[in-house]
Amino acid sequence: MPLAKLTSITGRGVTVPGNDIDTDRIIPARFLKSITFDGLGEGLFFDARKATAAAGQVHPLDDARFRGARILLSGANFGCGSSREHAPQAIQKFGFKAVVAESYAEIFFGNATTIGLPCVSAARADIARIEAAIAAHPEMEITVDLAAQVIRFAVQTVKLTMRDSARDALVHGRWDSIGELLEGREAVIATASQLPYLAVPQK
Amino acid sequence: MRTSPRNLFDKVWDAHAVRQLANGQTQLLIGTHLIHEVTSPQAFSMLRDLGLSVAMPHRTFATVDHIVPTDRQTEPFSDPLADAMIKALRKNCAEHGITYFDLASGRQGIVHMVGPEQGITQPGTTIACGDSHTSTHGAFGAIALGIGTSQVRDVLATQTMALGRLKVRRINVEGRLGPGVYAKDVILHIIRTLGVNGGTGFAYEYGGAVFDRFSMEERMTVCNMSIEGGARVGYVNPDETTFAYLKGRPYSPAGAAWDEAVARWRGFASEAGCHYDDVVTIQGAEIPPTVTWGINPGQGISITEAIPDPTRTAAPDEKAAIEEALAYMKLTAGAPIKGTKIDVAFLGSCTNARLSDFKEVAKYLKGRHVSPGVKAIAVPGSQIVGKLCAELGIDRVFREAGFDWREAGCSMCLAMNPDKLVGDQLCASSSNRNFKGRQGSPTGRTLLMSPLMVAAAAVTGSVADAREVFGIAKN
Ligand code: SF4
Repeated sequence: MPLAKLTSITGRGVTVPGNDIDTDRIIPARFLKSITFDGLGEGLFFDARKATAAAGQVHPLDDARFRGARILLSGANFGCGSSREHAPQAIQKFGFKAVVAESYAEIFFGNATTIGLPCVSAARADIARIEAAIAAHPEMEITVDLAAQVIRFAVQTVKLTMRDSARDALVHGRWDSIGELLEGREAVIATASQLPYLAVPQK
Repeated sequence: MRTSPRNLFDKVWDAHAVRQLANGQTQLLIGTHLIHEVTSPQAFSMLRDLGLSVAMPHRTFATVDHIVPTDRQTEPFSDPLADAMIKALRKNCAEHGITYFDLASGRQGIVHMVGPEQGITQPGTTIACGDSHTSTHGAFGAIALGIGTSQVRDVLATQTMALGRLKVRRINVEGRLGPGVYAKDVILHIIRTLGVNGGTGFAYEYGGAVFDRFSMEERMTVCNMSIEGGARVGYVNPDETTFAYLKGRPYSPAGAAWDEAVARWRGFASEAGCHYDDVVTIQGAEIPPTVTWGINPGQGISITEAIPDPTRTAAPDEKAAIEEALAYMKLTAGAPIKGTKIDVAFLGSCTNARLSDFKEVAKYLKGRHVSPGVKAIAVPGSQIVGKLCAELGIDRVFREAGFDWREAGCSMCLAMNPDKLVGDQLCASSSNRNFKGRQGSPTGRTLLMSPLMVAAAAVTGSVADAREVFGIAKN
């Protein structure tokens, strides 16, 4: 089954502000108590949303103005902490098609790429411009153009950056590496044969 | 032909690089795959959906750690979700011929304890596990990586994964640590200094006099928290300490194979004059007993310092971060961290639940008692540690001091089992993450510190300087 070529994503945006947003916050550990990824969307930022509501405020993800947003915006070092793939899974299952943040934690970035959730970076000032535009016009559509390496919104265009290997994989529809890894079987056997610790133990 | 000197990362990487992939990443052979109940079931389902089997079951090892109750370890578990997870793991292991260190094996424990204890974790190897603290295994001179579930699937199916080469930052800790300063303080200090994302894109190579003297358990404590500094990989070059630790373990080579293995392992160590992308040097004597006050592991201070004041910083980012942390932690800017009242003391996790951790604390805990009103629990990281502590009477010291002494597991490190904070309880914890809600209550608060500092907090009922509480001369 060929994978989709993710060259460009368009949709409305919403910001969950802050730096160093960790994967425990994105999806609290109790939602990991399952042998499937089903239903994870509901757990997205669950405790943060509840705490915001308890304080008499509205969390961006619960704000009617941003309902149906497809692009999630945030700060620096997004997705730090636990390696749980449940985090990008929850973001994707909630309905997001792309993330725009200043920077990402490494494992999160890899996990997201592998499930076809593009995580692009942009300069802080540019993200602030997009956010200001969203605040003024929540219905505004944003285009994350991976092929052209820009983000378009209203009549503006800002630069996006993304690690070449990830961008290449998404744009060419080879973000899930399993097929290519399987093709390397012969080479894997050759490499493994050079490593004594991989030998099958003699019973 | 003389080749230029290389570092361990490059040597291990090159030995395991299968080929280059179309997107420029490397197909990297993963010699050892460790799995546990939380991040593997979906991977096995994906495997089934794709009609694939496990490529190297003899290089795949499983245990159960995150969800196991620590008070009573018999099945069925009272939590039906947890019970389903442990059953799925058992079934998947049986179906694919994977070695499973289950609760009945006497060898179960936190996955990052089990690998080293069994001698599965070896120098010059690549190790992956669906858990970010896999960096722990780097203490042996391995490239050990935390991976997501889709990559668990990749490794199960192909024994490889797609990855880009990392840069290497050498971190020297020179001189000596002061009395009452531990490996935990070293890594908390490194993270405080280099930042929670300072290691993004890097493997951290730890070295210098302090690491040369460190035991394997101390090296593991530091490597464990590399990821908290943003570094996916952390390692220490293998040396005599490494080999002595591995000798005679169940999966260690034996007889003639042992000598061959040691010679090979030695060859993986970084060579004098090799290239590093960055070098950082820290003086051991300057590292204080460190405790976190905020909501990420980089928000740490010396036990003698005051809680940061957001009005004292000009950087708007830092100001906002401090304000957010203080609001969540309900701590007062400018107040000393020492004296902050605690509700819970947790001694456990893959960072600090090894024999040497409990032994060191027991040395000082004898004859002392947990402060009334503090709930104190001690959770060995593995069944083997639990057994050794029992043999040495360490468990008794803890019990007599008023600690709850538990069975092995992750426990209150992330509270996927019944061990949880309640409400906004404040916990002095030897674990590795102080994120909002990490210990099971959405408003629960965590202060990270060394095991002895946890004990000092337990005994006094508030955050305390272990050196004062236990009469350790400060030099
Ligand atoms: S002890 Fe904590 S950090 Fe370590 S593996 Fe378990 S949950 Fe993860």
